[in-house]
Amino acid sequence: MAVKFEKTGDGMYMLDVQGYVCPHPQLYTKKGLEKLKQGEILELIFDNPSSGESIVAMCQAEGNEIVAQEKEGGKTTMRWRIRKS
Amino acid sequence: MASLPCNSVNIDTPSIVTEPRNVTRAFLVLGFFVVVSLSSFAVDHRFIYFSAYLWFGFIYGMSLQYGRFCMASAIRDLFAVGVPRMAVGIMIAVVLFSLISAYVTVVGKSTFHPSPIGFYSVIGGLIFGIGMVYTGGCASGSLYKTGEGSVAALLVVLSLSFTQVFMVDAGGWMNQLVPMSWTESALAKGLPAVITPTDGWYDQFLAGYVWNLSATTVGQLLGFTSVVSAAFIGNSLINSIIPAALILAGIYLRWYRKGYLRGNEAQYRGLSTELAGYWSMITASRRTAIAGLVLGIAAGLHMWVMQGLQNRLGIANAGELLTAMGYTDGLSIQDTIFDPGYFYITTQEAQGAAWIVQKLGFNVMDSIFFGLDNGVPNPLLNPVLWMSIALVGGAAVMALLNNEFKLKLPTAEIATWAIFGGILMGIGARVGLGCNIGAFFATVTNGDPSGWLFGLGMTAGGYIGVKFFNWWIERKMAKEMAAFDL
Repeated sequence: MAVKFEKTGDGMYMLDVQGYVCPHPQLYTKKGLEKLKQGEILELIFDNPSSGESIVAMCQAEGNEIVAQEKEGGKTTMRWRIRKS
Repeated sequence: MASLPCNSVNIDTPSIVTEPRNVTRAFLVLGFFVVVSLSSFAVDHRFIYFSAYLWFGFIYGMSLQYGRFCMASAIRDLFAVGVPRMAVGIMIAVVLFSLISAYVTVVGKSTFHPSPIGFYSVIGGLIFGIGMVYTGGCASGSLYKTGEGSVAALLVVLSLSFTQVFMVDAGGWMNQLVPMSWTESALAKGLPAVITPTDGWYDQFLAGYVWNLSATTVGQLLGFTSVVSAAFIGNSLINSIIPAALILAGIYLRWYRKGYLRGNEAQYRGLSTELAGYWSMITASRRTAIAGLVLGIAAGLHMWVMQGLQNRLGIANAGELLTAMGYTDGLSIQDTIFDPGYFYITTQEAQGAAWIVQKLGFNVMDSIFFGLDNGVPNPLLNPVLWMSIALVGGAAVMALLNNEFKLKLPTAEIATWAIFGGILMGIGARVGLGCNIGAFFATVTNGDPSGWLFGLGMTAGGYIGVKFFNWWIERKMAKEMAAFDL
């Protein structure tokens, strides 16, 4: 499936990068977060485990907060919510 | 649901409970390799040489997957998203492997041979570095990700393997690309006619250029007379530990320090705070640090074990073993096969692809790479390929235990990047005489300065690759955002 980036509500956006391997998920996440305003939420859906490590470290470095982490679909698909600082 | 605070130091994911069916699958995979080892030993006890490669490969696979260890990530994620985690892990592994290698050298058990020093290493590294950003994984990274179920990673492995075969055997019009001095120099080497050294641009690259360069280790270069000093001070301290510490200091200052000090300016105490930050960066990911530790130690022990087995079996190369066991198909004209005695990736993959290519009717044994040096043994009788297959298995076991194994088919876009990037990696690996493992990790840790030349090229290639992807993804995001305003 192709990458999807949508507005899902007031101050809420969804980025779906399922099926993408490194470096796409972390690069799309970085680009997506750059577009958001402070306090807005990005819901990220991905299924590449190694990208998750980079995204967590990115959050730490930039000060963005991962407010939720869920696994679904046999626990290999990750659905995270990140608040832009 | 978990919420990670902004200044959280530990970036490891929480521990999980393995699903019962994954435990079963993991045991099945492990059991397969146990059966292969035991049954081959029962057929002929000399297969223990093969099993040694196999189990070290298995350990490498488990460690790589556990620590998500990938040299592409080390370079790419620094430039792309400012994340130093993997670069730190690699440097930990470099330091440890160098110390074990130094010890193994001192006790006379090293199987290492340095590579010639030349600009070709930078060029090879550059091409390889660009390719590995496109594919999303280095050579060892793509193998472990194959074990995770990534078909994209498998495409990378296949692409890089077959590209190498083409690279080392292509002649015809490609001979025109070679300088006359290389052709003349290759001809002057007096190689056997069956190798056809002037038909094949790679043969001329090797025999007409690379073979004329000199190879050395830092220990030898600095003229240490004591084996202990040469190994520990020359090879380990000067060629590995000091460069690694300096690289880590640079990474800390450029990419980690700002985030570490954020919000803690009032507690700043000068050097002690900076050193605490340096240490925090090194220990930030426990999984990566553990994986680096295990890889570094295992890679060093691997050399010791292989040398010990060579002594025990009275051989210098696995080709002698195959001959003694009655298997002579596919050996080089020197009756040798590729047998480095340590962690390596690309050459045995090329051999596997070459075996298939030969079955399709093409002859590759007229090349230096296969015909003179490495041979094309049956994959079932290629001990170094056993290591690669076991690496995939070890990674699969670790992925299953973490509930991370998932068969993932790539999109057309990802498949295209995998194949194209794999081609670049195949070209880069042969020009550079190896990959991130064979031309960098195994070399710098054994005192070979040519490894840093490859590493420099790889870093530059990674930077170029990231620049391209930033542009590519910015374009795609703009298209996605066209439907709404931000």
